[in-house]
This record gives sequence, C-alpha cells and structure tokens, in this order.
Amino acid sequence: MAKARTSPLRSGFVHLALIIYTLIALFPVFLTVINSFKDRASIFRNPLGLPDAKSFSLVGYESVLKQGDFTLYFQNSLIVTSVSIFFVLLFGAMAAFALSEYRFRGNALTGLYLALGIMIPIRLGTVAILQGMVATGLVNTLTALILVYTAQGLPLAVFILTEFMRTVSDDLKNAGRIDGLSEYSIFFRLVLPLVRPAMATVAVFTMIPIWNDLWFPLILAPSDATKTVTLGSQVFIGQFVTNWNAVLAALTLAILPVLVLYFLFSRQLIRGITSGAVK
Amino acid sequence: MGSLKIENIRKSFGHVDVLKGIDLEVKDGEFVIFVGPSGCGKSTLLRVIAGLEDATSGEILIDGKKVNNTPPAKRGIAMVFQTYALYPHLSVRDNMGLGLKQAGKPTEEIKERIKVASGMLSLDDYLERRPSELSGGQRQRVAIGRAIVREPQLFLFDEPLSNLDAALRVNTRLEIARLHRQLKATMIYVTHDQVEAMTLADKIVVLNKGRIEQVGSPMELYNSPQTLFVAGFIGSPQMNLIEGAKLGDATAKTVGIRPEHIQVSNTSGTWKGGVIHVEHLGADTIIYLQTDFGPLTVRLFGEHQYEVDQVLYATPDAGRTYRFDDKDMIIKA
Repeated sequence: MAKARTSPLRSGFVHLALIIYTLIALFPVFLTVINSFKDRASIFRNPLGLPDAKSFSLVGYESVLKQGDFTLYFQNSLIVTSVSIFFVLLFGAMAAFALSEYRFRGNALTGLYLALGIMIPIRLGTVAILQGMVATGLVNTLTALILVYTAQGLPLAVFILTEFMRTVSDDLKNAGRIDGLSEYSIFFRLVLPLVRPAMATVAVFTMIPIWNDLWFPLILAPSDATKTVTLGSQVFIGQFVTNWNAVLAALTLAILPVLVLYFLFSRQLIRGITSGAVK
Repeated sequence: MGSLKIENIRKSFGHVDVLKGIDLEVKDGEFVIFVGPSGCGKSTLLRVIAGLEDATSGEILIDGKKVNNTPPAKRGIAMVFQTYALYPHLSVRDNMGLGLKQAGKPTEEIKERIKVASGMLSLDDYLERRPSELSGGQRQRVAIGRAIVREPQLFLFDEPLSNLDAALRVNTRLEIARLHRQLKATMIYVTHDQVEAMTLADKIVVLNKGRIEQVGSPMELYNSPQTLFVAGFIGSPQMNLIEGAKLGDATAKTVGIRPEHIQVSNTSGTWKGGVIHVEHLGADTIIYLQTDFGPLTVRLFGEHQYEVDQVLYATPDAGRTYRFDDKDMIIKA
C-alpha cells in the first residue's frame, strides 16, 4: 500500500503538473521583474532576455523614486491594507462568533444578509458611497478607503469564519464558562487561537484585492497625499506615451510588501495547534 | 454543603420539550447517576444544573440557594466533559489553574491545590506538557484534575468515559470511585452505560423522554423496577418481556423475566423452545430460545454445551417474574 502511494512515476507526474502550473503563474511576475532592470530599448527589442551588462539599467527605479512621492504611496497602501484587514478580521470574527454560538431569532436570516455581499459587488454602490463620503467630508482621506474595504471584506470573512467556528467544540467553550471566563475571554482566548488558520485564509483573500484595487482610490481618494501604489503607478501610463521602465519598476516594488504580508499569514496557515485539544 | 434540589424543571428548545418537569433531590456526598437512552434529556438536565442552559421554568437549588440566575462559574460546580475540553494552548498546570486564576485566588494557593490534585491523579510528571502531548486517559485525568482544584460543592460528569477504550474505562471508573470516597463530594454523573451506572452510583436516576422513570439504588432498580421501561433498561442481557395474554395471564399486559432467573432442562419445564443461538462468554452462557410465545433469552452461569436446534425446557424462578399493567406500571404482588 505505502509503496503504491509513493510510486516515483505517480509523484513525478504530480510534481510535473505542479511545476508547469507554477511556471505559468510566475511567468508574468518574472517578466515584470527582469524587464524592470532593463533600459527602454531592450524591453522592446528582447522582452524575454535577462538583463545583461549592456541592457542593465535602473532608470525605471530612478524615475519612480524621483517622480511622485512613492514612499508616501507605499505608506498609504500599507496603512489602508493593514487597517482594513484588522477590522475585517475583528468584526468578521465577532459576527461569526455570534452567529455560530448563540441561538436567537433571525440567526439564519442575519447570516444570509451578511453573506449577501459576496454575491453583490460593492462597486455597484459606488455613486452612493461617493455621495456619502462627500456628505461626511471623508473624500480624499484614507479613512474613506478603509471603511469601504472593511465593508467589502466582511461578507466573505463572516461566511468563512462562521463555518470554522461551528467546528470549535462546545465543550471547550462551556469549560471556559465554568472556569469563569467571560464571553469576550472565550472569544479572544479560546476560539480565536483555534480558528487562526481560517483567519489567515481570510486575511490573504482580503488583502490581495485591497492592495491591487484601482477603482476606489481613483474615485474616493485621488489626491496626492492619499494615493495608493496602484493609483500612483498610473501616472506613468499615458494616453500616448507610457514610461514602461517606471511602470514595471513600480509594480516590482509593489510586489514586495504584499509578499511579506503573505509570508506572515501563510505561516499561520501551516501552524496547527489544535491537535489534541478535544478527543 | 453540596446538596442539590431540582423543582419542576422544564426545558424546551423551540417547540421541542426536552425536559418535562423534573423533580429531584440529591443529598450531600451522594453519587448520583443519570442514565437513559440517547435523547432522553440527561445531558440537558446536567447542563441546566451547571447553568450552561437556562431552564424554561422551575427552580434549581444548590446548597439551599436558588441558582437559576447565577452564572456557571459562581455556582460552586466543576464539570468534566466527554471530549475532555482541555485548553489546547495551555500547559496541564495552566489548564488546571485557569479557573482559580479567574476567581482571583492567590498564586501560592493555586500552586498548592494543583499539587494536591496532580498528586491524587499521578499527573506530577506531566504538569508542563500541552494536552496534545498526552494520551486519552491522561487527558481525561487532567480534566478531572481541573475539576478537583476548584474544590466544588458539586462535581458534574458528562459521559466522561465514553471516549476511552475499554481497559482505560475500567481504570478511570475505579479512579472516579476512589476520588468520590476520598473527597466525599457530591457527584452527578451522566452516562448511557448501565455498567458504569450500576458500579458507581449510590443512587441512579433513570430518565426517559424528558421524565424521571425511577430513582433508586442500583439494587432497587434491579430488583424492583417500577415501570416497564426501567425493567427493560437495567440489566444485561435485557429482561425478557412477553405479552401477558400469550402466557395465559389475563391481568398483566406484559410479563418480564430476567434471563438469569430462568433455569433450563433437557427433559421437562414450563416452556418448550428450540435453541437458535448460543453465546459462550466463559463466566456466562447465553442461550436464545424460540418458544411458542416468541424469543426467550436465558443466561446460565458457567460453561454449558447446547447445540442449535436442540429442544430445551425453560422454567422461571419462583417470585422472580415482574408483571406490568396496560400503563406499563408494575402490578404489585
């Protein structure tokens, strides 16, 4: 049995499939990164070639760092993304706990209502959101983006976390109640550590669309002080001339922070401390 | 300290009535066991006593004080769960100490109480381990330890042995019996295993469909069941329950005879039947007979040789038959 399962031919095919998929997935990223280190002529003449002594150039990075305030844009993106993730996880987990733990009238309906957002894209409400932001004076603030992204991320977070929290043993929560833990302590100290892998999943799913979003920064916070990286890179894309070196350099730089965040969360995905908790 | 009184407890989930008026009194230091088939409400009753569920109506008094509105942590109880329910991210020591820490007890006292409990349960070597590094039996001992350190007035056990394998179950059962003698605490224990109930209890409460069928010592339940349900539930193999009419008994709807209260003979007896199956258990031999009035189980002590299809005659022991009326209540002789 054990032998059949580890047959080299079989695992070879599996690895081959995975390697091909990885190559396909990473190829655009690879292209972006190598071309960001080439001069403009080489990008067009030999887009697939690696940068060599002749074609190597940091002109893209120079123009990115000179033109526009990219450090600020990065900072804005980081603030918006991390604060939104924080709120999505906090409120999502709290709502999920209430839905999974307590019996009350309208529980199922509330859950359905919260999950509706998965099916209806938030962009449909852009006009109303903009009107609201104008009325509250939040246009051109990071707060506006954080509010919108929190709302955008919550439905999926509530949906995933509710299912996960149902799997946390009732006995464990009851043991906590008998030991005198408040409902808040049970939530923060018993349940949250047990659903950490699910939280990491939600964090990753929430993070990527926020980091890459162009729509809401363009509409709600296009001022220079509140531009995000994605919006900031657009200055290099013109109607007639596009500064490819700068665009590619900006994109390459934009990969880094999100990569770091991803590694932080993915470590949580792997780590499992629940084994042996119950049963 | 440690008495419990329950007055007319009802509990409904929506339209489903799980507990339909339970009255019960538990004296200080008693070991009381709730038994019954699954869905009879025994676990719900335990949760209501613990305060994990609110009763729909009725009163719960612990030590003479009404505790209906007291949160679980303040009721002076401790509970051991079927799934152990240990905190996975805490060491054994912290698992046991959490309740006391929450109650604001001084560190020295917590340390002392953990030491006493871990000594009692031989957990000294495992205090710094996480639950995931323990075996099932050890985990359940930690869960029991967590209950002991609270020095509760009332211990509640919710099927604590169901997840353990057979050998460990016997050991842990003995351990719980020893603890009860040592601590002299009041214990309430829920199980569906009648062996646990018979071996541990001072008093057994048999529940069926949200009502108490009978309360009594194990031998009372065995020797004088008040209802058909108790007669059928207590005792293994199950009591033979035969329609009275088929035995020519006009006044009883059902007649019950325990398998161990029947003698067999090759030549003569009250009832004639053919052997359909024989189980050899060493200490017992269980014979299944097919008679004119239906199947009959007979339990003989020791080893006996009988063949399938062999014809046997069975005779019930005098004074050991139970007769039940059409409301399934016992007819007193």
